[in-house]
Amino acid sequence: MLKLLLIGIKDLKLMFRDRAALIFMLLAPFLLTIGMGFVSGRFSGGSTGLSDIPVVIVNLDQKELGNALEELFNSADLADLVEPTASSDPEAARRLIDSDQASAAIVIPQGFTDSVIPAEGTTFDSTAVQPAPVQIEVYANPSRPTGAGIIKAIVDEFLSRVEEGRVSGTTSLVGLMQSGLLNPQDVASEAQELFANVDESESTAITLKTDTQGAEAVEFDLLAYFAPGMALMFLMYTVSYGGRSILAERSQGTLPRMLISPTSNAQVLGGKVLGIFLMGVAQVGVLILASSIFFQVQWGDPLGVLVLILAAVFGATGWGMLITAFARTPAQVGSTGAAVMLIFGILGGSFMSLENFPPFMQTLSKITPNAWGMDGFVTLALGGTLKNLTEPVTALLIMGALLFAASVVLFNRNGIAQQ
Amino acid sequence: MPNILESQNLVKTYGDFTAVKGITFDIKEGEIFSLLGPNGAGKTTTISMLSTLYAPTSGDATIGGYSVTKDPMAVKRVIGVVPQDLALYEDLTAKENLVFWGQMYGLGGKSLTSRVDEVLEQIGLTDKAKNRVKTYSGGMKRRVNIGVGLLHKPRLLFMDEPTVGIDPQSRRAILDTVKDLNKQGMTVLYTTHYMEEAAELSNRVGIIDHGELIALGTQDELTKQVGETETLILHIGENEDPETLAKALSGVEGVQKADVTDHEVSVITADAKDILAAVVGKANERGIKIRSIDIREPNLEAVFLHLTGRALRDT
Ligand SMILES: Nc1ncnc2c1ncn2[C@@H]1O[C@H](COP(=O)(O)OP(=O)(O)OP(=O)(O)O)[C@@H](O)[C@H]1O
Ligand SMILES: [Mg+2]
Repeated sequence: MLKLLLIGIKDLKLMFRDRAALIFMLLAPFLLTIGMGFVSGRFSGGSTGLSDIPVVIVNLDQKELGNALEELFNSADLADLVEPTASSDPEAARRLIDSDQASAAIVIPQGFTDSVIPAEGTTFDSTAVQPAPVQIEVYANPSRPTGAGIIKAIVDEFLSRVEEGRVSGTTSLVGLMQSGLLNPQDVASEAQELFANVDESESTAITLKTDTQGAEAVEFDLLAYFAPGMALMFLMYTVSYGGRSILAERSQGTLPRMLISPTSNAQVLGGKVLGIFLMGVAQVGVLILASSIFFQVQWGDPLGVLVLILAAVFGATGWGMLITAFARTPAQVGSTGAAVMLIFGILGGSFMSLENFPPFMQTLSKITPNAWGMDGFVTLALGGTLKNLTEPVTALLIMGALLFAASVVLFNRNGIAQQ
Repeated sequence: MPNILESQNLVKTYGDFTAVKGITFDIKEGEIFSLLGPNGAGKTTTISMLSTLYAPTSGDATIGGYSVTKDPMAVKRVIGVVPQDLALYEDLTAKENLVFWGQMYGLGGKSLTSRVDEVLEQIGLTDKAKNRVKTYSGGMKRRVNIGVGLLHKPRLLFMDEPTVGIDPQSRRAILDTVKDLNKQGMTVLYTTHYMEEAAELSNRVGIIDHGELIALGTQDELTKQVGETETLILHIGENEDPETLAKALSGVEGVQKADVTDHEVSVITADAKDILAAVVGKANERGIKIRSIDIREPNLEAVFLHLTGRALRDT
């Protein structure tokens, strides 16, 4: 056990002396995080997180549902998040977007309410074929994807509640509103609660955070997405660097030398694995610390962050070992590792939210430690705690264990001393 | 003296190539034993099996009474190994290397620190102990490589060609170190392809060629195998053909054997002075110019030549 630790610590020491490696492990992800922050506008405007998203609302419906949506945007709950202005001319509204004056325009067409709720006097017949509702249009500003995305998310949420009401008859919001039991303000807070639920169960790049009191604070720092995204991507570099060191030590003779000291094969291999693990933890730890200090990124529950780092590095270490077990030379580990790093980076959502991917890619992404890690980090940044991490942490641990087992079988077959 | 090492028919095959073809020998406690053989003879492969790095394909050896195949962990505690190729962390300092390897041998605390200082003194690197190994000269690296093998004061030290590719001064220092260690009671298994090193250091020598131990004994015993012979080494001009000369000399009276070694012709004879004139005459007759002639007393080189018909060194 002591020897394991000695070998691991020796590797950690060597990592910190390898300047070229440090550039890849620490500097590159740090700079890329900054880069992504600039691209996404995180550093403009000086505020942390998203707030005061300008939105133009054109309410041509002027009936219950249209008004409810307009009031939702004007509600106190969303006051910090959005900055609505009313307009009566859809064309003028679209022009405002085209000239980058606002993030999105919402056009509620005439007859929207009527298309959803049967006019008074007509008997409600749930078996009758109902006409499709008139569509609400969200005209998004492509240069402000995040703001526009949030506006769209709010409208979608509103519509899905409306749709629920429409299908189930009268039980839901619409019914309640119709019967006067619910005023538009309540609709807003209902919707807010819904967002909160969404946050717990799903992770997306752009989700809304509601604190547990359910009140204000709708805020998600994009860097809380990009920083772990980059850290996880370059974690794959580190584990393949560590794996490469196994083969490098073999050819430079230090691995055989360890094997002829009174140290067992298992201890030597275990020590090397521990070394990879420690390097990964050190790397992700430093990156997380750096982004908290320099960008004030809020990572969330510290215990959750710690457990998640350990699990993610464990899963990634498994990949590092597997790549190493298949390779013959250190250079092969290096090139395979670089390819895997990029593929996993993209597939695992380090650059782009997985939500934008077709379903089969989303399924495929489950083989990457990146995807599970992102899942966990976003959950934490949105206010989740260790309790909410069961799924990603379990997945990462199983991933690591399976990959270890596979690589140990491969190593034993080839013999770790022989070239 | 009891045997600290007993090797029984060690065999190692790589695929369908047999690198070591059944080697049997003993090493007595307290001696310096040399394995002398040319490149590719199987010296390193033998050491790898003895040091438990590779399992023998067949055969076994006991070291300090423990079997290398059945009780490798016990064997590892008895031996120290100085590998042929440097096995060090270039990004660590000499001291850090020694500390790490000392720990691998179970040393720790005060005894580790004092032992590291001792070894640094011994290899003459106390002053440079805090420099990274990658800043060292080849000779200095070799010395650190040796130091690592000494840390835990092994009863039996394997040194695999520790002087390859270094300057004469460092080489001298290393040979002296080996003798010192032996005086202090360490048994040494030393491999080399330099006849002079084996001659200077060893009590007994095993000559290894193509994976076989072709001769074994003290230097006297070995040179006696060659008989009361001397060797003439004829250095000839660059454009001359040594084959022709060797063939011509084979017929000269008093010549027991004439062989081409590199660009020289070696002639084994009972008495060099007697045939010298005839040899030179024969060369002149064939129009081959001899640039110089060495006369050698029987030595390990001659033994090797006698046994294999080849020179030990291929350089
Ligand atoms: N891993 C291996 N796979 C295949 N052949 C090998 C392997 N290791 C050594 N050999 C072969 O076995 C033979 C003996 O090699 P070995 O290294 O033991 O020789 P050596 O006496 O130490 O030579 P040198 O003086 O060059 O170090 C050589 O022909 C070498 O090519
Ligand atoms: Mg060798």
